[in-house]
Amino acid sequence: MNPRRKKRLTIVVSILTGLAVVAGLVLYALSQNIDLFYKPSEIHHGKEDTGLKAQIGQRLRVGGLVVPESVKRDEKSLKVSFRLADMKMPISFDPNEPMITIKYDGILPDLFREGQGIVANGKLAEGFIIEASEVLAKHDENYMPKELADDAGEKHAKPEYTKEQLESKN
Amino acid sequence: MWKWLHPYANPEVSYHFTDKIKPWFGWATFLLLSIGFVWALLFAPADYQQGESFRIFYIHVPSAILSAGIYAGMATAALCSLVWQFKLADASVSALAPIGAIFTAIALVTGAAWGKPMWGTWWVWDARLTSELILLFLYLGVIALNNAFDDKQMAGKAAGILALVGVINLPIIKYSVEWWNTLHQGATVSKLGAPAMAAEMYWPFLFCFLGFIGLVGYVTCIRFQTEVISRNKMRPWVRALVCDNNQPEEAK
Repeated sequence: MNPRRKKRLTIVVSILTGLAVVAGLVLYALSQNIDLFYKPSEIHHGKEDTGLKAQIGQRLRVGGLVVPESVKRDEKSLKVSFRLADMKMPISFDPNEPMITIKYDGILPDLFREGQGIVANGKLAEGFIIEASEVLAKHDENYMPKELADDAGEKHAKPEYTKEQLESKN
Repeated sequence: MWKWLHPYANPEVSYHFTDKIKPWFGWATFLLLSIGFVWALLFAPADYQQGESFRIFYIHVPSAILSAGIYAGMATAALCSLVWQFKLADASVSALAPIGAIFTAIALVTGAAWGKPMWGTWWVWDARLTSELILLFLYLGVIALNNAFDDKQMAGKAAGILALVGVINLPIIKYSVEWWNTLHQGATVSKLGAPAMAAEMYWPFLFCFLGFIGLVGYVTCIRFQTEVISRNKMRPWVRALVCDNNQPEEAK
């Protein structure tokens, strides 16, 4: 390689390395803000890396797995409450692990199931309760046909609503 | 070692080489995409949770992968242009940028259309979605810089620097779903080990993906040729080319 090209290559590579280091440091510094949500255990004990604890009345997002058999729906309205546990692979639930309760009044997304990962946006209240204004379902990157899922014993019914429930909000 | 590449630094040689490979890309795209789309939209089984809506996957995922892939290619061309000052590399950068921008836009729009029923929202400012949006802005920036100067060489330099700086965004897009808690799910198709997708859903994806790659190749060939011609319009070989193409019409 001739010296002029070599010089240009060195300049370009060193600028890029410098920028990559800067970007890496910035992202590292911002890392707790880039996380989309708190985990239920972090609501109990504070953020994993900073120990920052959420205050009562603070608006925040929580993400976790819907605890099976914890979903309670009101028969006349869209009100629903369920418990949330930390997301972990493989999926498992321990009755003693830190959980939080989510209360929500609205239509749940199609992917909402027991055992499914969700993200809820809302206000923290006393007793590890979150009054959610928005519930988003997280998809778990697995795709399979219905027959296969039935064989594996996966639950896959999406939430159904009666007319009365849907009209209660208006 | 690189001697065999040297003739292709000549615009005329490159133009005719592109002319030769273009139809192959065209036919491959046509075949792969027709098989892939029919298979994906009519015959692939519906997903157990998402039902029919999961079929957006067959457009969303190839576009998203290619949006980053095209950027990597464009940045490589920009590096060659800055270091070795190949004029053709500049032509490749300005040929690739709009294609990448379109695929980024397709990935964002199809993702939003899928997100509304599945997640419950069109858009969320999580790391994956935000970094993909930044990728779109980077593409738009490269296009804008390419058109901001009358001097093509200057424009190529400015756009090339932006393209290179933007490379930092690529690993951020790729690993955003692993480094941070995001609403966007992790990778399905590149996941090693446990299959994240049933085989009868995966095969049509492969056809669609290869088809989209062919489409990118085909459109790139066309745009590259246009760029080469417009940058060399005063050269005798371009004039000869134009005259050649016009003769049959004059003879009529």
